[in-house]
Amino acid sequence: MGGYTGEELTAIFLMQGFSGLSLFCVFLLMALGLAIIFGQMGVINMAHGEFLTLGAYITYLTSYLASDVWPFLLDYYFPVAIILAFLGTFILGYLVERFLIRFLYNRPLDTLLATWGLGLILQQIFRSVFGPREKSVVMPDWLMGSYQATDMVDIPLNGLMVVGITILLTIGVFILLYKSRWGIKVRATTQNRTMANAAGINTDRVDRLTFALGCGIAGVAGAAFTTIASTGPTTGSLYIVDTFLVVVFGGAASLLGTVASAFGIAQAQSILSFFLSGSMAKVITLMTVVIILMFRPQGLFASKVRR
Amino acid sequence: MGTTTTAAGWRHTGTSAGLRQSLRTLAASVMMATTATAAMAAPSTEEVNTTGLAVTDDTVTVGILHSLTGTMAISETGSVQAEKLAIEQINAQGGVLGRQIKIIQEDGASDWPTFAEKSHKLLERDKVATVFGCWTSASRKAVLPVFEKDNGLLYYPTFYEGLEESHNVFYTGQEATQQILAGLNWAHEELGAKTFYLVGSDYIWPRTSMKIARKHIENVLHGKVVGEEYYPLGSTQFGSLINKIKLKKPDLVFGAVVGGSNVAWFKQLNAAGLTFKKQPMLTISVTEDEVLGIGGENVEGLYSSMKYFQSLDLPGNKEFVAAFKAKYGEDAVIGDVTESAYLGPWLWKRAVEAAGSFDVDKVVAASPGIEWNTSPHGELKVDENHHLWMRTRIGKWKADGQADVVWESDVIEPNPFPEGYQ
Repeated sequence: MGGYTGEELTAIFLMQGFSGLSLFCVFLLMALGLAIIFGQMGVINMAHGEFLTLGAYITYLTSYLASDVWPFLLDYYFPVAIILAFLGTFILGYLVERFLIRFLYNRPLDTLLATWGLGLILQQIFRSVFGPREKSVVMPDWLMGSYQATDMVDIPLNGLMVVGITILLTIGVFILLYKSRWGIKVRATTQNRTMANAAGINTDRVDRLTFALGCGIAGVAGAAFTTIASTGPTTGSLYIVDTFLVVVFGGAASLLGTVASAFGIAQAQSILSFFLSGSMAKVITLMTVVIILMFRPQGLFASKVRR
Repeated sequence: MGTTTTAAGWRHTGTSAGLRQSLRTLAASVMMATTATAAMAAPSTEEVNTTGLAVTDDTVTVGILHSLTGTMAISETGSVQAEKLAIEQINAQGGVLGRQIKIIQEDGASDWPTFAEKSHKLLERDKVATVFGCWTSASRKAVLPVFEKDNGLLYYPTFYEGLEESHNVFYTGQEATQQILAGLNWAHEELGAKTFYLVGSDYIWPRTSMKIARKHIENVLHGKVVGEEYYPLGSTQFGSLINKIKLKKPDLVFGAVVGGSNVAWFKQLNAAGLTFKKQPMLTISVTEDEVLGIGGENVEGLYSSMKYFQSLDLPGNKEFVAAFKAKYGEDAVIGDVTESAYLGPWLWKRAVEAAGSFDVDKVVAASPGIEWNTSPHGELKVDENHHLWMRTRIGKWKADGQADVVWESDVIEPNPFPEGYQ
C-alpha cells in the first residue's frame, strides 16, 4: 500500500469498517428470522429466502403505488412498506404453519422437502405475477447518495438505514424472546413441550406465532434489501445459503450466537475481499467455517436445550 | 416493415459463391419483389427439402429454445419475444419460399442438460428446419454436440466470448473483440484513459473478455491495469471493491458484472458517492434490459459498449421499435441481445431464399456474404466464420433508462479467434 497519504489510508480504513458493518447487518437481517424458526422450533425452512423475496416485492409494490399513483407519498412510503412487508409475510407464514408445517414437526427431512417445494412454488408465482425481470424500487430522495463526512469519507445513506433497521429489529427480537410473556412461552415450548403443555401453554398456538414471526422478520429484511440490491423471482435462493451458514455457524438455538457468527463471517469476508478478490474471499471464508464446524459441530455458542 | 424496403435493404455480395449462387440470389430477389404484389407459386417440397425436415407444401416448422423458467428466464424472455415478432412479420410477408413458419417452442429451464435434451427432441423428433435459441455460453456448449451430430442449424443471439466457430451455428451477437477493442480505443482517445480497473462476474465470459481487454490495454494502448477482480455470480456486496477503486483512482473502470449482481453493484457505487462523473466507467454487460432492473437514476452517465441501443436513430430501428412496442406494449424495452435475436429469423429467411432450399448444408453455404443495410442496428454482413460484421457503439445512459449514442465505429470484422489475445 505504498504511495498513499495517511489521510487516504484513514479514510479507506473508515469506509472499509463501514462496509464490513453493513455486510454484518445484511447477514444478521437474513439470519434473524431463520434463527427463530430453525433455532427455536427446529424447522428447516428452505423457503426462507422466498419470504425475503416476498417482503422485497411488497416493498416494490408500495414504491410503485407511491411513485406512479400517489407521487406525493414518495418521500414517506418506505416505513409503510416495511410494515406491509412484515404483515404480508407474517400472514403467509401463519397460513403455511397452519396448513403445512404443523403436520411435519416430527419429520425433519419431510419438512425440508416440503419447504423446498414451497420455495419453488413461490418462485414461480413471483415469476408469473411480477415477470422474470429484476425489479428495482424507486428510492425516496433522502435515501439516495451518501453522507460525506470528510473529503474522502463517503458513508452510503442506504447502508446507514440498513444498519438502523437491523439494530431496531435485533433489539425487538431480544426483548420479545427474553422479556415478554410470549417469549417465556416460546422458550418453555422449545425446552420441554410436554411440560409446557401441562403448565397450560397452548403450544400449537405458540408454534404458529413463532413461525409467523420468523417469516415476518424475513419480510422486513427483504424490504431493507431493496435499497441495496434488486428483486427478482430467484433472489431468495441467493440468500438462503448464507442464511443457513450464519445460523448453523452461530449455534442453532442461540440468538447471541447468530449475532456473533454474522459478525465474524461478515468481517472476514469484507476484509479478505479488500486484500484478495471477491471470489477468493468467499472461498476462504466458507472453508474456514467448514473447518471450524468440523471441530465444533454444535456451532460457536452451544445450545443448552433439552430436546 | 414493408417488403419493398426489406428487398431494397438486402444485398448479397456472393463473394464466396460462384455464378450459380448469384443466379439464385437474382431469382430470390425477383421472388421477393413478386411477393409484394401477388402470391407466387411456391417451389415443390421435394425440391426444397431433400433431408426430411418438417416442411410441407405450405408450412415450415422451426424451433425456439430458450429458458422460460429458472434464473435465466429474466434474460431470455426478450429474445423469445424478438424471434416471435420476426417470424410473425416474415409470415405476414408471405413466409419463406412460400411457406408459413410454424413454431415449436421448448423450455430449456435454465438447465444445460435440459437444453441438450430439448435440442435433441427438436432436431430428431420434430425435424425442425432451424432453431433460434440459447443465451448463455454454457447452454450453447451443451447443445453444440447435438447440432453437429444431427446437422441442425442454430441461430445464437448473445454477445459472447468468441473462441468458437461451428458449421451448424450462426452467431448474431458480437464476439468479444468486436465489443471490447473498439470500446477501449474510444476510452483511450476520448477520455484519455491510461489506467484501467477490470471488474467482472466470475465465469467464462467476463474472464475471457477481461483477458482480451488486459492484452489490448497493455500491448496496444500501452496503458496500465491497476486491478482485476471477479465476484461470484449473484454476489450482492461490493463495499470492499468500491473502496479499492476509490483508493486506486483508475481513469476507467471496465466492467462485465451480470445478473442480479449488476443491480447491487450500481446501486452501491452510486450510494458510495462514486458517481460516473467522478469515476468514468465503461461496461459490456448493461443493455436497456438491465437498466430496467438497475433503475435509470443509478446508471446516469455510465457508458456501455454495444452494437445496438433502442434509441438508435436509424429507419430500420424505428420500424423495429414501433413493431415491438405494438406487439408487447409501450413499456417494453429492447436491449442489444433482443435485437440480435430479431436478426436470426430474417438472416435464416434470406439464406434459405438464396439457397432455394431448406437443406441445412445449402442454407449454411448460402449464408456468408449476405448483407442487410437496413437492419435495426444498421449495416451488417454475414462472414465466412458465421459471425457478423457490425459497428460498435458507445452509449451514455440517461436517467430515463435510454442511452445517447456518443460514438460509433466503422463496420468491424468479426474475429472469434483473435491472435495475440489468448
